[in-house]
Order: sequence, then structure tokens, then C-alpha cells
Amino acid sequence: MGAGHAHSLYLDRESRLHRLAPECKLVAVFTFIFLVVLTPREQFWAFAVYAVLVLAVARLGRVPSTVLARRLVVELPFLAFAFAIPFFARGEQTTVLGVSLSVSGLYASFNILAKATLGASATIVLGSTTPVRDLLKGLERLHLPRSFVSIAGFMLRYSDVIIGEMRRMKVARISRGYDPRNALQARALGAAAGALFVRSYERGERVYLAMVSRGYTGVMPDLGAPRAAAAQWRTVAVLPAAAAVVCSCAWLAQT
Amino acid sequence: MSEPVIEIDGLAFAYPDGHQALFGVDLHVHRGERVALLGPNGAGKTTLVLHLNGVNTAGRGTVRIAGLPVEKKHLQEIRRRVGIVFQDPDDQLFMPTVAEDVAFGPANLGLRGADLDTRVREALEQVGMAEYADRPPSHLSYGQRRRVAVATVLSMHPEVLVLDEPSSNLDPAARRELSEVLLSLDLTVFMVTHDLPYALELCPRSVILDGGVIVADGATVDVLRDEDLLRAHRLELPFGFDPARAAGRRARRGR
Repeated sequence: MGAGHAHSLYLDRESRLHRLAPECKLVAVFTFIFLVVLTPREQFWAFAVYAVLVLAVARLGRVPSTVLARRLVVELPFLAFAFAIPFFARGEQTTVLGVSLSVSGLYASFNILAKATLGASATIVLGSTTPVRDLLKGLERLHLPRSFVSIAGFMLRYSDVIIGEMRRMKVARISRGYDPRNALQARALGAAAGALFVRSYERGERVYLAMVSRGYTGVMPDLGAPRAAAAQWRTVAVLPAAAAVVCSCAWLAQT
Repeated sequence: MSEPVIEIDGLAFAYPDGHQALFGVDLHVHRGERVALLGPNGAGKTTLVLHLNGVNTAGRGTVRIAGLPVEKKHLQEIRRRVGIVFQDPDDQLFMPTVAEDVAFGPANLGLRGADLDTRVREALEQVGMAEYADRPPSHLSYGQRRRVAVATVLSMHPEVLVLDEPSSNLDPAARRELSEVLLSLDLTVFMVTHDLPYALELCPRSVILDGGVIVADGATVDVLRDEDLLRAHRLELPFGFDPARAAGRRARRGR
């Protein structure tokens, strides 16, 4: 059975960052992103400092910058829109290399680019230093409703199973000479998607039966994970604290 | 004889769509017995199994587990007493790690902390999977997943272990490893299968279910030697398999 690796984002290394409790890291990363988003877009230096902070944390977690750069590719589709803004926005115009661009559009573009990249980098570092199942545990300890956490857990558990099923169906199609050349022939793909949906639905039923058979009554049991030590919270607080200082300074400089 | 662990009297059942699957099943299984439930596909085997823990509720007749009738008010206790291992381990193992999955049942029974950890460790040791406690189930082989599935119900300390097609999809080595595990357990075992040699190896007694009724009940070796009986119910021995000789070999091994 194909044991796919849907959780391959995690880099199994030994570092201080890896050893921190997941809930601490989650809170630190999300506070950091929140502060980055709050920062006024005109204060370019602030974003440079944020970038240095993220790179420092990545280094601490032994996430190579090449890996970070490669994984940042996921944000590209979202940035396509940001790049178009200066060409279409109105207001005061400026000329760069003979092309007329909107000043506020350029700011908007930079704003999206900088904040998205910083946010994505921070989450990439988090994902690279924390196994997904630990992230789920962290979310549970942060009192996210347990049904949300279990749904995410099921998704994680069964994505491999469903991808495996999808792959076997594909091999079965190819083995019977399937090679679609036009939209009409692509009908088989639709049928396969439908079959996959029905199979997943039936699997859901069977999983539920297996859960009920082991005494499930509608609430996932609380497995009472140990809480993170105060020292861990103090350690992770360094990142959001630094970001808070930068953000405050940026606002002071702005007014 | 002692009070039966499984006590089924006159059980009839029809699905909500009107399809009648069971037409009056009578079956008693006593403490410490290992019984195989044989029958062709569509005989109602799985339907019967789901009556043992109250997932299906009897249309007519009664089911009792160690004296306790399978009724709504006893369901939680019934589900502790009857551990069902389903056919596809991917349906049974839905938690992110092996240990969490084995903990799911006892946690639903209210166990926490050190007691829970002990249960999990003991159950995994019984099936020889203790060293895999922190692995995600998707990273295990099929045979290992099947054994973990057995551990997920052993951790609930059941009175009777029910297995639905335990040998399906296992390679010969995994099949043997599972039989060693099952023979090492001091438990009442009720095993649904059409793997007749496996029934002979593990279960001194066999019953045949066909058309929603029990059509044969006796020593496995006698049931398997009755060629007419087997043929009448679409059961077949593998080519060249001689039940009498195999039973002789089993006896010499001291089982």
C-alpha cells in the first residue's frame, strides 16, 4: 500500500525550535503574523527587520534558506494579482522605465508582497520544525473545539488512503488504454471522481461504525496532554515581543 | 456448562429497506471458546456480527453478552465487552498515531493518565507492536496495521474478541504472525472467515451461516470434512488441503 507522505513538510532535525511545545510555537507564529499585518506599509525598514527575525528563527530551527525559498513558491499564484495592481490603480502616477504606474498601487503591491511573504515564511518555518500531528495536539491544547481538531486529524489520516485509492484507479484506467485526447473522452475522469467520492463516503460510514463499536458517543475523548512549561512560553515570546517593538516603532515613525 | 458469553436466541433482522438478512439465528458461545463463523458472501455474517455490539438491533429474538441483553441502556458496557476488529484496518485506525488509536477505546470508557498508558502499552505488547506506538498508522505494513487493529480492542479488556475476515489481504507470514497473536490470547474468540484452513488452525468449533440461518455447528475438522455440506453452501477448501491431516498436525503441535 502506498504510504504517501502528505506530512513531508516536516524536516526531522534536532534543534531547540523542534523541541518547543507546539502550542507555544503556534501562538508565537500567529501573534507575529498579526503584528506584521498591523504594520503600516510605508515603513519599509520594519519589514526588513521582520525578515531578519524570520531568517534568524529559521536558522535556529535549521531550516535551510533554499528549502524556505522553494516552499515560498506556493504563494506565487496569490501574488499575481498583487503585481497587476500598480498598472490598473488610479491616483498619482509615477514613471518607471517608461511605464506609468500608480503610486498607491505600488504601495498596495508592496504591502501584499511583503506581508504575504513574511506570513508564509513564518508558517513554513513552523511546519518544517513541527510534525503535523503535534500541531493538531497544540491546537487542542489551545482549546480549539475538539471536533475541529478531529476533523483536521481525519483529513490528515485519510488523505494518504484516498490518494492511494486515486492512484490505483488511475493505474487501472491507464492499464485499459485510457488516453484522453478530447473533452468527451475525459468523461471517465468525472466518473472516477464520482466513484472516489462514493467510496470515501462509504469509508466514512465504516470508520464511524468502528468508532461507535469502541464506545464513541459523539465526543472525542480528551487525552489530557501535559501543558507546556512556563519557560517554553517565555522562550517563544521573544519573537512576538521583538515584532511588537518593531510594529510600535513603525507606528510612531508613521505619525 | 457456564453461562454463555454470546447468547443469541431466535435472532431475526431486516434492513430498513426491507431486505431480510437474518431469519432466526440461535447460537451460544461459551467462555474461552474459539468459534469460526463460516459462510458464503452475502450470508449475513457481518450483519450478525454487528448485532453483537448493538450497532444493529434485533428485529426479533435476543442477543445477550455475558448475560447482559444488548439494549440501548447497556450499549456502552456491551461495547466494552465485545471487541470487534473490522476487515479493513484503515477503517479501524483513524487516529494520528498508533498509541492514540489504541487509547481511543479505553479513553471512551473514562480511563486517563497512567491507567490509560498501561492499557495501551499492554495491548500493543500483546500483539508485538509496542515499538511502533508513536508511528502514524499509514506508515505500517498491512499486517502490522491488522495487529494494531486487534490491539485497539484488546485495550478495552473485552470478554469476547470478534474478528471480521482477519486473514484477508495478508501475506502468508503476516497471516501466521496474526494467528500466533490470536492463539496467545486467553480470550473468547468469534471469527468470521471464509479462509477455511485458518478456521481449522485457530478455532476448534465452526458454525456455518447461510441464508440468514445457522445450517451447521460442530467441530471444525468435522465440518470441513463434510464435502457435501461445504458444497451446498459455496464453501471450498484450497486445492489439496486435507482437514484431517492438518488437524492431526495441529494436535501434535499441542494446540
